[in-house]
Amino acid sequence: MIENINLDPRMIFLFGGVGAILLVASVIGFALSRTVKSDAGRDTVRNLNARIKAWWGMVAVFAIAFAFGKAVTLVLFAFTSFYCLREFISLTPTRPSDHRAIAAAFYLFIPLQYWLIWVSWLTMLTILIPVYAFLLLPVLAVLRGETEDFLLRTAKIQWGLMLTVFCISHAPALLILNIPNYTNVYLLFFLVTVVQLSDVMQYVFGKLFGRHKIAPNVSPSKTIEGFVGGGLAATGIGAALFWITPFSPLEAAGMALVIVLAGFLGGLVLSAVKRSLGAKDWGTMIEGHGGALDRMDSVTFAAPLFFHLVNYFYTV
Amino acid sequence: MIRPLLIGTARFLVGGHGLWVGCEPSERQRIYFANHSSHLDTLLLWAALPPHLRDMTHPVAAADYWGKGTVRRHIAMDVLNAVLIDRSGTRTSDPLQPLHDVLASGESLIIFPEGTRAFEKLPGPFKSGLYHLAERHPEAELVPVFLDNLRRALPKGSLLPVPISCVARFGAPIRLDAGEEKAAFLERARDAVVALA
Repeated sequence: MIENINLDPRMIFLFGGVGAILLVASVIGFALSRTVKSDAGRDTVRNLNARIKAWWGMVAVFAIAFAFGKAVTLVLFAFTSFYCLREFISLTPTRPSDHRAIAAAFYLFIPLQYWLIWVSWLTMLTILIPVYAFLLLPVLAVLRGETEDFLLRTAKIQWGLMLTVFCISHAPALLILNIPNYTNVYLLFFLVTVVQLSDVMQYVFGKLFGRHKIAPNVSPSKTIEGFVGGGLAATGIGAALFWITPFSPLEAAGMALVIVLAGFLGGLVLSAVKRSLGAKDWGTMIEGHGGALDRMDSVTFAAPLFFHLVNYFYTV
Repeated sequence: MIRPLLIGTARFLVGGHGLWVGCEPSERQRIYFANHSSHLDTLLLWAALPPHLRDMTHPVAAADYWGKGTVRRHIAMDVLNAVLIDRSGTRTSDPLQPLHDVLASGESLIIFPEGTRAFEKLPGPFKSGLYHLAERHPEAELVPVFLDNLRRALPKGSLLPVPISCVARFGAPIRLDAGEEKAAFLERARDAVVALA
């Protein structure tokens, strides 16, 4: 096991860089928590520090995944899907007659989807949930004979599976693309870094310069200034990371821009889903559990898009 | 060995942390009474207590379910410290006697006063057991608990729990007032659980 650990100097450099940035952020967060006195300001600082803490966890998880390779990465993403789906289903009012469909979603489709990535079965991993789960789950539910809200209930479980399992699994699926003379794990690093930086930059720019709300009813914290400033910053950082990708600097900027846009729209859509279920944060409705989906919402939309672009233009 | 495994699995699947809304965890003698909708209820409520309170708190379990089979019986008796009661109706002695014994020894109980699992979110009418316990043991605090979402994680009639976040909400203790009628008290106790829903 030990000799399989990936200790590529580039990887160590990248993680060192991310760690340094987070360290600076943590110090700033701590200083702010000591100096900010107003109630609104304190809320913002608390939110910021919660995010920084979540990113530390995420970085630790990724460092482990990258060091130990594909199997560990897949297991970690499978658990991420598990926690996100649990959050999604917990907030969604299902009925006892949905029990079998929910059990199949968790115990059949999560392992199956990640197993397909493990065996590099590309065609099947892109149709398993959109086709076969789509057909099987309503069958399991209909056998219980309850017709009330049938379409609504079926649709909710399918949506949950699509977002939290199908979409998120496209991030680790980057590992199985056949790109000549390239170590795919850097693509995963590129995707996750750009998505997360885009989130935080939009948040920071929004706090600093935000005036005009983009969608006040859906996501009151999103502003035009935050989106443009944060999006451009994340695109720039993505371009600067071109040397770890198979892309040219310009292509890397283009890819980063696509990730930023998809991530932004994903955040917006999931925010609307969340609100339609009557919650503000995915994690807070059922107290004592973190909002995994709050951190993964942008990934759900960005991952499949990025996966398909790379697959179409850069694989043999 | 089995205890941490059981609690760990439950935490992983359904969470089930305790939320102390109306009171704090305490070593005082208590009777926790909760709504009942799932076979997970007993384990979850007991696991929601802080570890040092679990040893002195005994869930009351139906002998016709938890007493059957070696595994179930072992989990009920040795892992959960349960007290089994006979709800068959064919008994000759007082079925509540084992509960009186536990309370007389100064330890706490977890009971599900509906007597059976409900299909609905809100509990059905309470059986009189809680009243008799309250009458004989006025020193014990009666703590209402609402177990949220468990009927979705493992509904009546299903064998496999699914991962849905659950929570145990502990309310403010109630007492049997002097001269209070049985029906009125049971209704008030049920309302205390419903208020936490």
